[in-house]
Amino acid sequence: MTTNDMPRWATGFVLPILNLLSALLVAALAIHLMGEDPLESLQILINSAVVNPEGLSYTLFYASTFIFTGLAVSIAMQAGLFNIGAEGQMYFGGLGLTLAMLAFDATLPWYLLILTGILGAALFGALWAFIPGYLQAKRGSHIVVTTIMFNFICASLMNFVIVKYLIPPGEQNTASRVFSSAAEMPRLGEWFTVLGDTPLNISFFLAILALAAYGIVMSRSSWGYKVRALGLNQHAAHYAGVKISAMIIIVMAISGALAGLGSVNSIMGSTHYLSLNFVGGAGFVGIAIALMGRQHPVGIFLSAVLFGALIQGGFDLSLEKPNIPTETFIFIQGLIILFCGAMENLYAPAIIKLLKSRKG
Amino acid sequence: MTPAVEFRNISKHFGAVKANTDVSFSIAKGAIHGLVGENGAGKSTLMSILYGYYRADGGEILLDGKAQQIHNSHEAIGLGIGMVHQHFMLVENMTVLDNVMLGSEGGFRLREHRAETEKKLREICQRYRLDVDPLATIHDLSVGAQQRVEILKQIYRSANILILDEPTAVLTAQETESLFEILKLFKEQGKTIILITHKLQEIMDITDTVTVMRGGRVVGAVETAATSKEELANMMVGRPIENNLPRAPYNPGKPVLEVKNLQLVDDNGVKLLQDIGFTLRAGEIVAIAGVSGNGQSELMEILSGMKLPTSGAVDFEGKALPYPKGGDADGLPTKFRELGIGHVPEDRLRDGVIKAFSVMHNTFFGYQDKVRNKWGLIDFKGIAQRCAGLLKEFDVRPANPDLRIGLLSGGNQQKVVIAREVLAKPKLMLVGQPTRGVDIGTIESIHTQLLALRDQGVAILLVSVELEEVRALADRILVMCGGKITGELKIDEFDTTRIGLLMGGMHKH
Amino acid sequence: MTFEDLQLGSILVSTVRNAPVLIFAAMAGLFAERSGVIDIGLEGKILASAFVSAAVAFTTRNPWLGIMAGMGVSVALALLQGFVAVTQKGNQLVGGIAINIAMSGLTFVVAQYFFQQGGRTPDLGDARLFDIVLPGSAAVADIPFLGWFYTKLIGGHSVLVYLAFALVPLVHWFLYHSRFGLRLRACGENPHAADAAGVSVEGTRYAAMLIAGVLCSFSGAYLAIVQSGFFLRDMSAGAGYLALTAMVFGNWRPVYTFLGCLMFGFFGAVQIQLEGVDLPVIGRIPGALIQMVPYVVTVIVLAGLMAKSVAPKAIGVPFVKSR
Repeated sequence: MTTNDMPRWATGFVLPILNLLSALLVAALAIHLMGEDPLESLQILINSAVVNPEGLSYTLFYASTFIFTGLAVSIAMQAGLFNIGAEGQMYFGGLGLTLAMLAFDATLPWYLLILTGILGAALFGALWAFIPGYLQAKRGSHIVVTTIMFNFICASLMNFVIVKYLIPPGEQNTASRVFSSAAEMPRLGEWFTVLGDTPLNISFFLAILALAAYGIVMSRSSWGYKVRALGLNQHAAHYAGVKISAMIIIVMAISGALAGLGSVNSIMGSTHYLSLNFVGGAGFVGIAIALMGRQHPVGIFLSAVLFGALIQGGFDLSLEKPNIPTETFIFIQGLIILFCGAMENLYAPAIIKLLKSRKG
Repeated sequence: MTPAVEFRNISKHFGAVKANTDVSFSIAKGAIHGLVGENGAGKSTLMSILYGYYRADGGEILLDGKAQQIHNSHEAIGLGIGMVHQHFMLVENMTVLDNVMLGSEGGFRLREHRAETEKKLREICQRYRLDVDPLATIHDLSVGAQQRVEILKQIYRSANILILDEPTAVLTAQETESLFEILKLFKEQGKTIILITHKLQEIMDITDTVTVMRGGRVVGAVETAATSKEELANMMVGRPIENNLPRAPYNPGKPVLEVKNLQLVDDNGVKLLQDIGFTLRAGEIVAIAGVSGNGQSELMEILSGMKLPTSGAVDFEGKALPYPKGGDADGLPTKFRELGIGHVPEDRLRDGVIKAFSVMHNTFFGYQDKVRNKWGLIDFKGIAQRCAGLLKEFDVRPANPDLRIGLLSGGNQQKVVIAREVLAKPKLMLVGQPTRGVDIGTIESIHTQLLALRDQGVAILLVSVELEEVRALADRILVMCGGKITGELKIDEFDTTRIGLLMGGMHKH
Repeated sequence: MTFEDLQLGSILVSTVRNAPVLIFAAMAGLFAERSGVIDIGLEGKILASAFVSAAVAFTTRNPWLGIMAGMGVSVALALLQGFVAVTQKGNQLVGGIAINIAMSGLTFVVAQYFFQQGGRTPDLGDARLFDIVLPGSAAVADIPFLGWFYTKLIGGHSVLVYLAFALVPLVHWFLYHSRFGLRLRACGENPHAADAAGVSVEGTRYAAMLIAGVLCSFSGAYLAIVQSGFFLRDMSAGAGYLALTAMVFGNWRPVYTFLGCLMFGFFGAVQIQLEGVDLPVIGRIPGALIQMVPYVVTVIVLAGLMAKSVAPKAIGVPFVKSR
C-alpha cells in the first residue's frame, strides 16, 4: 500500500491532524524550555482569542485576511503551482486599492467606493501574479524563484512610491494620507456592541463568500475540474485537452487577485491608509494555511481562524508572558509549514502498517 | 569449448506473470548471439537476470563453465558483463572522459587519473574504431556517438560479454552499419556479444547463433547460417492464433481517416515516422502490429492531437485536421474530440485517467466542457445517472462510482476509459494497447466491445503488440517497423511468418 | 553631496566587505543545488548561525567558538533539509520556506529569552574578529594610489573576508577537479547514471547538504560578528534570497556566481552612496529603486532574455531507484 492507496479518512484527517499536533508539540517543547508552562499558555491563548467576544472578533478579523491569502496560495497549488508571492501580491493590491481611494474618495458614494477599492485591489494583485505566471507558462521560468523576486521588487517599489508620491506634505510617517470616512468598510462592532471597538468588518463576509465561490468552482465547475487535473497529472491534462499555458496564467492571475483582496480587510477595514509593509507576513501565513487546510475551503477556513487565534491570543500572551513574544508564532507558523507541507507523509508508513495489520 | 554464458533452467516470475520459464541455452565464446522475440517474450527479463538487476527464482547461470551468483550490477561488471541499455546512462553536460571515470575515478584528485584514462580511451577507440573524442561533451554528440560512448564505457571496464538491448532503434542506417563493424572487431578480439533485437535482417546480417523466445520460453536455438528469416519469423510468432469472436461481415463504408505522407522527426534528427500513409473506413478495424518503439505510439499521439507532425496531412471525414502551423499541441485534443475522434491511450495511468479522481469523475475526463450547464457547473446528476448505466453495461467492478479510480484493477480502469470514449459516440476510435495490464477475463469483454463498435459503423485504429489481439479484432493489418509501414495484409491473409517478417523489418517488395 | 563627492574608492571597499555574506551563502547553495537539492532555506540558516554565533561569542568572549556554534546549528538545519529531500522525498521548496520562517521567529524569541534586549544580542565589543593588516602597510600607506589599494582594498579586512574570496577558487577546484565534485555533479544532472555507476545518490546529497550547512554558517557569523557586532532580528534581510539570485545569475557555476555576488555587493554599496546625490542627467535615484535592480536582473535572466539559465537537470526531483 502506498500513500495513494490509503483511504480518504486517513489522508484527509488523520495525517493532517498528526502533522499539526507534531508542530504544536515542538512549539510546546520550545515554550517549556523557556520556562513557561505550555498548557497555561494555551489556556491564556484560548481565553483571549476565542472565549472573550472582543478577542474572538479580532481573531476573525485577522482570519479574514488569511482566508484570502490562503485561498490565493490554495488555488495556485491546485494547479500545481507554488505561489510564494502572495505577500507581494497583497502589497501591490493594496496600492491598487489606495490609488482608487485617493482618486475617488471625495467624489463617489460609499458603496461605489468600496466596489472600486475591491476592484483596484484585485486588479493590481492579479497583475503582480500575472507576470510570473506568464514567464512560467511561456518561458519555463520557475514560478517559485520569480514570485520570491517579485516580493522583493514590490517591497522596494512600494518603498519608493510611498516615500516619493504618497506621503502627504508635512507628514513624517511612511504612509499615505487617511482616506475619507466614506471609504470605510462597515464594522461589525456597530451592529454587535458586545464586540467592542473591533476592526472586524464586512470583509469577513466577503472572505466567506470567496471561500464559498472557491469551493463551488473547484469542486463543481468544469473549469475547476481542469485546474485540479492539471495539478494532479499534467500529461493526462494534456490528453484531456486542457490548454495548459493559458490555464497557468489565468490561475496565477486569479491567485494574485485573491491575495490582493486581502488588503481590503487590512486597509479599508482597519487602518484606512496605506502604510509601509502593512502586509506583515500575511502572504506567508497564506502558505501555511493552504498546506494545513489541504486546499479545501473548510480546511482553509479553520486554518485561517486558527492562525487568527494564534495572532490575537499570541498578542495577549506576549503581554502576560514576556518570554513568549509574538514572534513565537512566526516560529509556530514555520513548524506548521514544515510538518504539514514538507513532511506531510512522515506518519504515513506507520499508519499503513497499522492498516495492514488490521486487515490481516 | 566452454561456452561464455550458459543458462540452465532459468525461471522468473513476477506475481502471476511467468516472465521466464525453464530457459536453457548457451552462448559460445567469441560469438555474436542474437536474442529474438516479440514484446513480453522474456528476453529483457533474462538479460536483466544476467546483469544482476533481478535474481532468478530457479536455475543457474554459468560463466565460463563456473556457476555464478550475480546479486547486482556491480558484481556483473566485476564478472566482465557489460550492458548497453536502450536509455543511455550518461550525464549530458560532462565529457566522455568524465562519464567513463564516474564511479571509478581512481583517487581524490581527478587530474592524475584523467591523463591515464584519456590515453586508455584513445587506445580503445582506435582498436575498435569507435571514433569518439574523449574530451567531447555528451550533448554535443549524435545519438549514435552517444551509444558508442556507452560501448566504450563497457570496454573500459573490461567487459568480455557485451549485451546490447535493441541498439539500432535510435540509429540511422549508416550508424547501424558502423555499429556492426565495431561489433565485428569485438568478435575478433575474442569478446562475446549478445544482441537483443526483433529485427530479422540484423540477425541474418551479423549474428552467428540465435535464440528465439516466446511466452517466456525458448522456442528455438539455431545457427544463423543454418536458418532463414522465414523460419525465424515463424518461431518468433508462430503459434496457432484463432479468432473465435463473432462479427458482422466486412462491409466498410466511407473513408473516415486519410493519412497522407506523415513524417515526424525529433530534436536529434531521428526519423520517428517516415512516409506514413493509409486510409481507414467506417465500420472497419485497422490494426497496426509491430514491436513497440517503432513509431506506433507517436502515430497515435499525432492522430489524437497530442503531438504535432513534422510534415504531412491527415484528413478526417474529408476535411484536414486542424494542426496549427508552428507552436504546439496545447489544447488540441479537445478540438479533435469535438470532431468525433475518441482516444483510448496506450498509457492509461499517465494519460488516460486521474488516479486520485473518483470513477465517476473519470467518466467525463476529456469531455468536461460538454457536461456543464450554462453556468459552467458540471451536471453531476446527469453524470451520476450515466455513470451508473456505464458501470453496469461495461461490468466495472467494484461498481462504486465514488471509489478512487487508482484503486481499481487495470482491467476495470480500462473498461471505464473505453466506456467513456464510447459514450461520446465518436466516428473514429484510436485504441492503443487496450488490454495491456488487463486480466484474461476482461480481455474478451473488451474485444467484444470493440467489435460491437465496429459493427455499428465506427472506424477503429488499433495499435497492439499482441498478435492474438490483432488476429481477433482486425479487418486489415498494417505492420510498422523503424517508423515505416513495412506491409499491409487483409485478415484472411493472416500468416504468422509473413507478419513476423514484416515486424522484423522486412519490407514487402 | 555632488557627483564629485562620490567616493569610488569607498564604494569598492564596501563592495569587498558586502560580498562575503553573499559569497558564503551562494557557495553553500551551489553545493546543495548541484547535487540536486533545491536550497531555498539559505535565509534561515544565515539567521540561525548569525544569532548562535553572536550569542556564543558574547557569552564566551571568543568569536571562534561563536563561529563553531553557528556552524553546528546551520549544519543541523541543512541536514533537516536533507532529510526532507532525500529520505522523506518531500517538497524541498516548502521545506526551505518552512526553515526560513521558523528561524525568523525562533531567533528572535531565543534572543529575547537569553538577553532581554528586544530580540537582539548585546554588542560583542572586543569579541570580534580582528582586521588583518598586511605586512608593510605602514610603509606604503602614503603612496597615492597603491597605498590605498594595498592597505584599504586588499588589506585591512577581517579574516573571514579573505576566507570568502579564497573559497571561490577552492569551490571551483573541488567541484570540477575532485572525485567528490564529479559524483556530486552527476547526482544533480542524472542521478540514475550516477547510481548505475555505483555512486550513492542519497549519501552524496546528504554530504552536499552538510557542506552547505558549514559554508552558510560563515555567512551568518560574518553578518553578526564582523559586519555588525551583534545579532538583530531578521538581520539577513534577504541575503539568502540574494545569494540564490546570484547563483541563478551565475548559471550555477562558482566563478560566475561569485561575480554575481560582487555585483550585488556593489549595488548595495552604491545605493548607500547614491542616497541624496544629484546625478548629472537623471537627478536623484532613490535608494529603493537601486535596491530593486538585482531582483529585476534575475527575473530577466530567468525569462531567458539575457543568457540561458541552465539549472542542474535533476534538481528538485527526489531520487527513486528505477530498479
